[in-house]
Amino acid sequence: MAIANPADRSPSTRKYSLESGIPPIVGRLAFVAVAIFAILLPFLFDPISSFLSDCIIALAFVIMALGLNVVVGFAGLLDLGYVAFFAIGAYAVGWFASGFFVDANVHIGVSGFITNLPGIHANFLIVLVAAMILCMIGGVIIGLPTLRLRGDYIAIVTLAFGEIIRVFAVNGDAISLPFGENSNLTAGVNGITPVDQVQLPFLAPFTQLNLRPWYWLILALVFITLFVVIRLRDSRLGRAWIAIREDEVAAASMGVPLVKTKLYAYAVGAAIGGVSGAFQASYLNTVNADQFKFSFSIFVLAMVILGGLGSVWGVMVGALVLSFINSYLIPDVFRTVPKDLFGLDFELTDLGFGIFGFLLLIVMVLRPEGLLPEKRRQIELNEDIDAGETSFEVRA
Amino acid sequence: MATAEAPPLPAPAPARSRNLIAGLASKYGLYFVLIAPMVVFAVKDLSETGNLSRLGTNIFEGLSNGSIWALIAVGYTLVYGIIELINFAHGETFMIGSFISVGLWGTLGLTLVTGPLGLVLGLLLTLIIAMVACGTMNVMIEKVAYRPLRSAPKLAPLITAVGFSFILQNVGLLWLGGSPEGVSDLLRAQQEVATVFGVRIQRADLLAIAVTIPLVLLMVTFITKSRLGKAMRATAQDPDAARLQGINVDTTISLTFLLGGMLAGAAGLIYALYQTTVWFFQGFQAGLIAFTAAVMGGIGNLKGAVLGGLIIGIVQQTTDNRIGAQWTPAVVFAYLVLVMVFKPSGLIGEETREAG
Repeated sequence: MAIANPADRSPSTRKYSLESGIPPIVGRLAFVAVAIFAILLPFLFDPISSFLSDCIIALAFVIMALGLNVVVGFAGLLDLGYVAFFAIGAYAVGWFASGFFVDANVHIGVSGFITNLPGIHANFLIVLVAAMILCMIGGVIIGLPTLRLRGDYIAIVTLAFGEIIRVFAVNGDAISLPFGENSNLTAGVNGITPVDQVQLPFLAPFTQLNLRPWYWLILALVFITLFVVIRLRDSRLGRAWIAIREDEVAAASMGVPLVKTKLYAYAVGAAIGGVSGAFQASYLNTVNADQFKFSFSIFVLAMVILGGLGSVWGVMVGALVLSFINSYLIPDVFRTVPKDLFGLDFELTDLGFGIFGFLLLIVMVLRPEGLLPEKRRQIELNEDIDAGETSFEVRA
Repeated sequence: MATAEAPPLPAPAPARSRNLIAGLASKYGLYFVLIAPMVVFAVKDLSETGNLSRLGTNIFEGLSNGSIWALIAVGYTLVYGIIELINFAHGETFMIGSFISVGLWGTLGLTLVTGPLGLVLGLLLTLIIAMVACGTMNVMIEKVAYRPLRSAPKLAPLITAVGFSFILQNVGLLWLGGSPEGVSDLLRAQQEVATVFGVRIQRADLLAIAVTIPLVLLMVTFITKSRLGKAMRATAQDPDAARLQGINVDTTISLTFLLGGMLAGAAGLIYALYQTTVWFFQGFQAGLIAFTAAVMGGIGNLKGAVLGGLIIGIVQQTTDNRIGAQWTPAVVFAYLVLVMVFKPSGLIGEETREAG
């Protein structure tokens, strides 16, 4: 048996194995290369190509997944109602950046023909902040009843809140607000449409005829989210989250304030979800109650777990992979495969659901810890193996 | 000495009465919340019509509807108790049970004109086949999707469960199409059997209750009395210790999935007879409700799952009847959140590893 002597491992090799096995400089260069590629990507495609649209949606899902990862991955609170924040973020756009409240006539930081339209029309940046604030409040409200709960009970209570918000979104057209005759809570399944196109300072207003600005906007939001999430993870708060995830009792006895730390996790996760929700509402140009289904929460959760729970890069990969499979590979690329290859008389979209489920199954069985697992978790898993009989080679 | 002086007592009276109120609220608050709407509706009915038949109908229909949820919830709770997994594919097992039953009616030639004897025998056969098929399918799902992940991070099997649920939904979609399919109303489910105190009792209600109660009783007896049931409870408490006692843990887990699947199959048949429509998406909705029921009663706890199912049935019927069906999910989930706030481990209490 070739058992490596632990003493043979110099500090430097240990550092590498504890990190991800590759020297940090390589990782940084890879990140810069990917970032440059991502920035230049739109020039390879037609400004209104459907592939670019798929990319935009995929990046919006990256933000969603990064936000959910704060709650589920960092703090270990299983959240099955994340769609609530998609809904709240989207309704921030529906309420504050559309003609939905016809009786109001408020225009903040907008220009062009929009100034002549009735309703509340705020600049996208203001709406973004409003979405974040509303989502944070929502996150704390949802978080409060779960504080006493353990494990999977948190899952069902968050699920319950997600469903309650969906029901309110669907039936909101029957709830009138006390601001006048034509003010309801939502527009139900008819949807609030159209909503304002994004206007940013110093830039021309966005249109549906050129998707490149949308792409760069969401890419910029991804970079900002990434920065925030990584800095938070390495901060005192992030370490507290991970401590709670690993052992709540131990963390509490070391002086980690449980209530505050958990509520911060919910609030931060919710705010990030709200950013993505607001962007998607603007981009899709509608806020429709049909969008806020439980399966959306499951979809984002699958991205997080499949990518690697708690691992920022893994979660990004998971979100991109699942989003592209769902919106590009199954409907566009493989659609005609059965006909072309086997001469079968059906289109693959009939099987889209099943194929998606099958891929989830296969990937999880082959890589139970996710595509790019978090280093800390990988070490833990392998330590369990060490405790058994195998050698340190597993890690090196 | 400092210790000689008695420390000044905190002002007792107001604090104590506040504590008393808080204690009462945390002890009986939940029961108050559960009962209050019923009392309000009872008073309202009495003052408006002079009798309680409307509320009685709500509760009775709720019980019969809830017994279907109870059957599915037992499957959730059994599986959660033993491997701590939210089996998202369980609702789809129930849906497949409905589809198999409907398919078998066609094969056996059960139609509206079949005589009573043929109908009873045929439905009994359908029930057995649906139960066996769903049980077997559940065992196979466990083998393929959950067993390889036994030592994986806790959330990994959740995703394979979701994956399997998508696959089965797609099977259902290809099997009977994307819209709700009406099936022949073999039992004439709406036909009235009797009226007790103004409460109409229909055939469907009798069927649901007549199938559910024996099955649940059988299940409880099996788990509390038999050797295999003992093995299941031992495995749920501590798999490693159970293994040391000579219990085959893998077989026991398979058995759990078999039992859960069989109940889901039975629920599938009853649902088809009761609602007279089947749909590939029915499993998803039923699964969500049944999971809620299992958690409400105290997950891992058989009686809790049944109780949760019945309560949710009553809440659903009452809301459907008095507030409007479009608000029913919100009311059910609000009830769940309230129960969780007052009793963090469910109505009866959980029976899982962590709870000890």
